[in-house]
Amino acid sequence: MNSEKRHIFSVLVENRFGVLARVAGLFSGRGFNIDSLNVAETHDKSISQITLVTHGDAQIIEQIYHHLNRLIDVIEVTDLSTAGTHVERELVLIKVATDDPQKRTEILQVAEVFRGRVIDMKPASLVLEITGDEGKLKAAINIFNTYGILELARTGKIAMLRGSEK
Amino acid sequence: MELSGEQIQVDSLKGAQILVNSLKREGVEYIFGVNGGAAMPIFDALYDETEIKLIPMRHEQGASHAADGYARATGKVGVALATSGPGATNLVTGIATAYMDSIPMVAITGQVFTHFIGSDAFQECDVIGVTRPICKHSYLIKDCEEVADVVAEAFHIASTGKPGPVIIDIAKDAQNNEALFQYPETVDIRSYKPQVHGDPAQIAKAAALIKEAKRPMLYAGGGVVLANASEELRELTYKTQIPITVTLMGLGAFPETDPLAMEMPGMHGSCCANYAFTDADLIVAIGARFDDRVTGDLSKFAPNAKKIHIDIDASCIGKNVPVDVPIVGDAKNVLTELNKQVSTADIDPWRNQIQEWKRKYPFEYEQKVDKVMPQYVIEQIYEHYSDAIVIADVGQHQMWAAQYFKFTEPRQWLNSGGLGTMGFSLPAAIGAQLGCPDKTVVNINGDGSYIMTIQELVPAVTMKLPLKIFIINNMYLGMVRQWQELFHGKRYSAVDYHDNPDFALLAQAFGATGLRVEHTEDVVPALLKAKGITDGPVVIDFIVDEEENVFPMVPAGKGLGDVIRGLA
Ligand SMILES: Cc1ncc(C[n+]2csc(CCOP(=O)(O)OP(=O)(O)O)c2C)c(N)n1
Ligand SMILES: [Mg+2]
Repeated sequence: MNSEKRHIFSVLVENRFGVLARVAGLFSGRGFNIDSLNVAETHDKSISQITLVTHGDAQIIEQIYHHLNRLIDVIEVTDLSTAGTHVERELVLIKVATDDPQKRTEILQVAEVFRGRVIDMKPASLVLEITGDEGKLKAAINIFNTYGILELARTGKIAMLRGSEK
Repeated sequence: MELSGEQIQVDSLKGAQILVNSLKREGVEYIFGVNGGAAMPIFDALYDETEIKLIPMRHEQGASHAADGYARATGKVGVALATSGPGATNLVTGIATAYMDSIPMVAITGQVFTHFIGSDAFQECDVIGVTRPICKHSYLIKDCEEVADVVAEAFHIASTGKPGPVIIDIAKDAQNNEALFQYPETVDIRSYKPQVHGDPAQIAKAAALIKEAKRPMLYAGGGVVLANASEELRELTYKTQIPITVTLMGLGAFPETDPLAMEMPGMHGSCCANYAFTDADLIVAIGARFDDRVTGDLSKFAPNAKKIHIDIDASCIGKNVPVDVPIVGDAKNVLTELNKQVSTADIDPWRNQIQEWKRKYPFEYEQKVDKVMPQYVIEQIYEHYSDAIVIADVGQHQMWAAQYFKFTEPRQWLNSGGLGTMGFSLPAAIGAQLGCPDKTVVNINGDGSYIMTIQELVPAVTMKLPLKIFIINNMYLGMVRQWQELFHGKRYSAVDYHDNPDFALLAQAFGATGLRVEHTEDVVPALLKAKGITDGPVVIDFIVDEEENVFPMVPAGKGLGDVIRGLA
């Protein structure tokens, strides 16, 4: 009845043994989707921040919201996609093959376009760090694919509401 | 959590003793358990304990169901105790059973020494991992300093908000090491604040809808019993004079003997309640969750009705059925507020319609010649034990008990409605009898279900509990056989229980009284005889019509309007 939409949840949890398993288990057990998941301690050591990207129709998203809230270790759940305007970023590390010097120059130029930084360089490969939103990272990955990506790692999205919206 | 603990004892105590002292502070009367290596220090601490009685059960499943039965009958938190590994995994069915019906329970499991955790040590099992999806919360204690705080939190979580089982897994070194005992006076968990008060604006909206409705009905569930809101529910019903249906989990919350009562809805519910759902223009759901066994095919469910849904659990609202007025809150609080804003509904034609359905389609069965009809046995149990706490197992006998016994009080009817756990009833009856020593406890069991936890007859005999165990023995896994008859061309795969032992003789072997009834005229005398036996359990094996079916029946996947009435 509803169309599926992508939602970003910001979940503050107790920084405690087993919490991530409870969140992940909730999603797998109830058949909710996880598109990406990022977890890290916040400035308050007792609290961790989970940024979770999921998709579903309005009813599913509402269920996800309530079920996250039901977990005892969850302090606060915000659906960033509905709570206001937000900023989001993701970081990707890409190892690209640079067999011939000609190619290397080209790759460095392309990296420049994406404001990528070279963080490691070896004769046959280099590692780039690129930060951005989903569209930018997708474009970058597409381009570097044509040069041959040897390895890729991404953080999953992190996000927060703008200004004083919270 | 905030601690404003007063120091109770200056000497250090072992973790196991701190655990027992903490349980005493929570007012625990009984612990149901089975001993084993990783829990021995706790059992040792209970050895000369006088305030808490340790009830040794014969299987950990029995321990968790007994704790559950105690909780259902009394409203207090039930406590089960088991060792690590197999002890803990045996508890699992009982924990899941309690979880599905939101029963307050604390399950304590011993765990291997901290330095062994994760090494596949002897009798090690990741209990927290295994129970994660079937408990409200869980704790692994590796440090004895945490014991008192964890117990306080566990009881708080188990018993507040939407109740549920909480697991405390405690490593053996944490049981043996010593610490000071300081019990927290209050519990404050920043991430856990159940919403108990309903939104006043929503309650006002609900009152307005109730006023406008021409064909309203109340639909109450187990949440009303859990919230101890039966009185408020009765007030709402009497004040508005709106017809009411109460689910399998809520039976007794409103007296089934009242003219406004439509009896239970759903798959084996009354035609009246199911027709009412289909025709209603307003449904007021209170602590009920539109379970698939109640609604049948959702696309045909209550097509004309607006819905008000009162529930403590926001995730239950709008899960299966779209709701017009959601009210998150405790049923007792919300109903108290709602009751101030309602008055007698002007709905005489609708009431007359309900009365007509009630008259036309009562629960009924055919008395076959030379057969003991299971429904007749239940009717006679009601006749002679109408004040008893009744605990049914799972199957046809459960449905007949729900249909033919008229429940009038909350916590009078206990059953595993959510998980539908065969084997629940006998151990649960033990817990209920201990919790309510002045009540008569009747266990209506099935021949298949009974034998799943029959070993718990041992502690019942040992404690001389005057349980009335009535087996509706059809020599089949009857409910499954019924589905095979109706939907699988009578291919009776793995349901034939004609190899049942003689349950009367078996009862005697256990040290209980055992009777066997094969003729209709012997039913009442046997029930009367059982009444007189008060120094231990009595088992009556009622040999009933083997292929009797439960009607009415809404076949799975069909709409409530498509109910098969059976006889009528
Ligand atoms: C532990 C468990 N296993 C299987 C089932 C599936 N099941 C539901 S009802 C039933 C038959 C129960 O037989 P019995 O106790 O004899 O009751 P009857 O239906 O014959 O009254 C079965 C096997 C279940 N509910 N629980
Ligand atoms: Mg049977």
